[in-house]
Amino acid sequence: MQSLAGTSPDIDREATGSRGVLVLGLGNILLQDEGVGVRAVEALYRDYRLGEGVDVIDGGTSGMALLDDIRNRDHLIVVDAVKTGRPPGSVVILVDDEVPAFFQSKVSPHQLALSDLLAVLKLTGEQPASITVVGVEPQSLDIGLELSELIAARVETLVNSVVEQLRLLGIAVEAVSA
Amino acid sequence: MTKRIVVDPMTRIEGHLRVDCEVDNGKVVKAWSSGQMWRGIELILKDRDPRDAWIFTQRICGVCTTVHAIASVRAVENALNLEVPLNAQYIRNMIVAAHGIHDHIVHFYHLSALDWVDIVSALKADPKKASKLAGSLSSWSNNSHQHFKQVQEKLQSFVNSGQLGVFASGYWGHPAMKLPPEVNLLAVAHYFQALDYQRRANKIVTILGSKTPHIQNLAVGGVTNVINLDSQSTLGMERLYYIKTIIDELGDFIKNVYLVDVAAIGAMYADWTKYGAGVTNYLSVPDLPLDTKGTRFALPGGYIANGDLATFKPIGSHQDAYFQDGVKESVKHAWYKGGKGALHPYDGETIPEYTDFQDDEKYSWVKAPTFYDKRAQVGPLANVLAMVAAGHEPTKRYLDQVLKTAGSVAGTQIPVAALHSTIGRHAARAVRTAVLYEALQQQWQLLVENLAKGDFTTFNRFEFPKGEIRGLGFHEAPRGTLSHWTVIRDGKIANYQAVVPSTWNAGPRDELDEPGPYEASLLDNPVADPERPLEVIRTVHSFDPCLACAIHMVDTRSKEEIVRVQGVGAQCGVSF
Repeated sequence: MQSLAGTSPDIDREATGSRGVLVLGLGNILLQDEGVGVRAVEALYRDYRLGEGVDVIDGGTSGMALLDDIRNRDHLIVVDAVKTGRPPGSVVILVDDEVPAFFQSKVSPHQLALSDLLAVLKLTGEQPASITVVGVEPQSLDIGLELSELIAARVETLVNSVVEQLRLLGIAVEAVSA
Repeated sequence: MTKRIVVDPMTRIEGHLRVDCEVDNGKVVKAWSSGQMWRGIELILKDRDPRDAWIFTQRICGVCTTVHAIASVRAVENALNLEVPLNAQYIRNMIVAAHGIHDHIVHFYHLSALDWVDIVSALKADPKKASKLAGSLSSWSNNSHQHFKQVQEKLQSFVNSGQLGVFASGYWGHPAMKLPPEVNLLAVAHYFQALDYQRRANKIVTILGSKTPHIQNLAVGGVTNVINLDSQSTLGMERLYYIKTIIDELGDFIKNVYLVDVAAIGAMYADWTKYGAGVTNYLSVPDLPLDTKGTRFALPGGYIANGDLATFKPIGSHQDAYFQDGVKESVKHAWYKGGKGALHPYDGETIPEYTDFQDDEKYSWVKAPTFYDKRAQVGPLANVLAMVAAGHEPTKRYLDQVLKTAGSVAGTQIPVAALHSTIGRHAARAVRTAVLYEALQQQWQLLVENLAKGDFTTFNRFEFPKGEIRGLGFHEAPRGTLSHWTVIRDGKIANYQAVVPSTWNAGPRDELDEPGPYEASLLDNPVADPERPLEVIRTVHSFDPCLACAIHMVDTRSKEEIVRVQGVGAQCGVSF
């Protein structure tokens, strides 16, 4: 069952074993490009019909509240603004082992929440089986709800990248015709 | 020689808190609390539809999303003089209580316990002794020596792998760590168990709020939950009974684990009842409204001067002029354009004017709020003291339990006055968690009874009048008194100010150059090793600092410090 903007209170799902795939958009939408991860999952949710086995969540800047959503996932795809020193607008994809190392070097505005959560899940043995980060270098982090022009133009690339990942994972993804 | 310590988690992009201390002779003699980022929510909300404000305010912080949503709808309802249906009050109250329980459990076990608990020492514990000790304090079933042994083995494998993860930044072996190995092991075991219980509390917020981390069910005028008692996909009896099950489980954990741990650990750090009092004027607001007009509340609040419970003056309702007229904010020491003296939030201005960190001038992005021109401490301690002063029975009962348990461990009687301290803030937070649990139970009962009467109303309609209206929404949030203030002109937001708990506590010196609660609480704190100022961190953490909402953006790293230390314990949005 898919849901945007957060976990749906699907109380039956707890009983079933598989936790499927989670697409998690992170960021603060009040700070322009900081919110690009959230904007990207909104676009994904709007423009595509997703098959069984994937949840889409707007995680905002949350921390422990996301623990339950992330734990025991077969695959976690995080979409976020990242700072790696590349030029603004650069799209960065990180996979599995690169992710914790990347997050330890503290380059994403939200990696604190995520790296803490992953560390906690490591303690409890509930880490996602695999992780992909789809990131983009932000241009402007000023107060404001709008993405910068440069980053707004990258949202489609981010979404395409997530769609590609989902298809590789065997999830049915179908564009909603306008 | 005076030495300056700067504690500043420089690596965080948001929620920056920097604390500077001057240490002389092993004690803090002067302190500055500085928010390192500027918050611009006021600018984003201007000219917007007040009905949408809560959607944006819940994005201020990743930890207190629901908190800012609730305060915002209350502010607009107050401006409109709008009543809220009983079902909506009860549903909101349950969200508020469940969120508070989640937040308090996370704060104690996951964000601050490791200031007191040495996990490396836990490896040396005898699990049988630890289990026996636990059994003497509580009837909790999950305290067996087998379980403790498992936890110890898990911990050992982490230490062996060299990857301590979340535990990596702790002050292991610090001279201020005093717990015996068995108590450390017990605390680590409960750290793991608490991960599960905080999750359960959050589940209630998810079910009622439709989604988390950003709840979807609020509206100015009520809630948007669809109630159908026979349905599984809306809020019906199945979901309500599921919530009831979780409430009962939370109650077990809070009463048999959290309250007991705080009392026992607190008793073993009895010294810390002498440090960290700081500002002992306490402010809290009533919460969990029980009627549609919001004039009666399940939990009282009010003001206490100079730590004297006899001075307690209750705050009645959102209409009560006593709260509304008392709040002002000063920017004399904050990076905003000033010169007009302290301003009431309705007249508040947020015009940035950055200077460098200037000890005697401006040094923070946080404003300095006052209540009738006095600094006030907010948070669970302020609220628990107010509730005790108001004669709130459950609060008195749970406080009594904590003080008795702590007294039996310490072998001496512990007075209520011990609460004015670093460790007292932890004890009060645990008491408040237990009170919230009972309140949650009560609100569930009230909701179910009201639905049984056939009342399914969740929302009242309204229209914005022409001209100007003003409203205040307050909420006793996990970190203390939160108030949103809005001026609405012709149905559009003309001004919006959020006076958040961490503004009260973390604010810099005020118009009269009086230090804020963090700053005052650090004075005379011992510091054994300036290179590892665990004691400073203990006192600041006891307030549950979270500054994402108090401030925002603008990185202002300064290089003049002598010792710079990264704060421990974090959640996104929380730093320090």
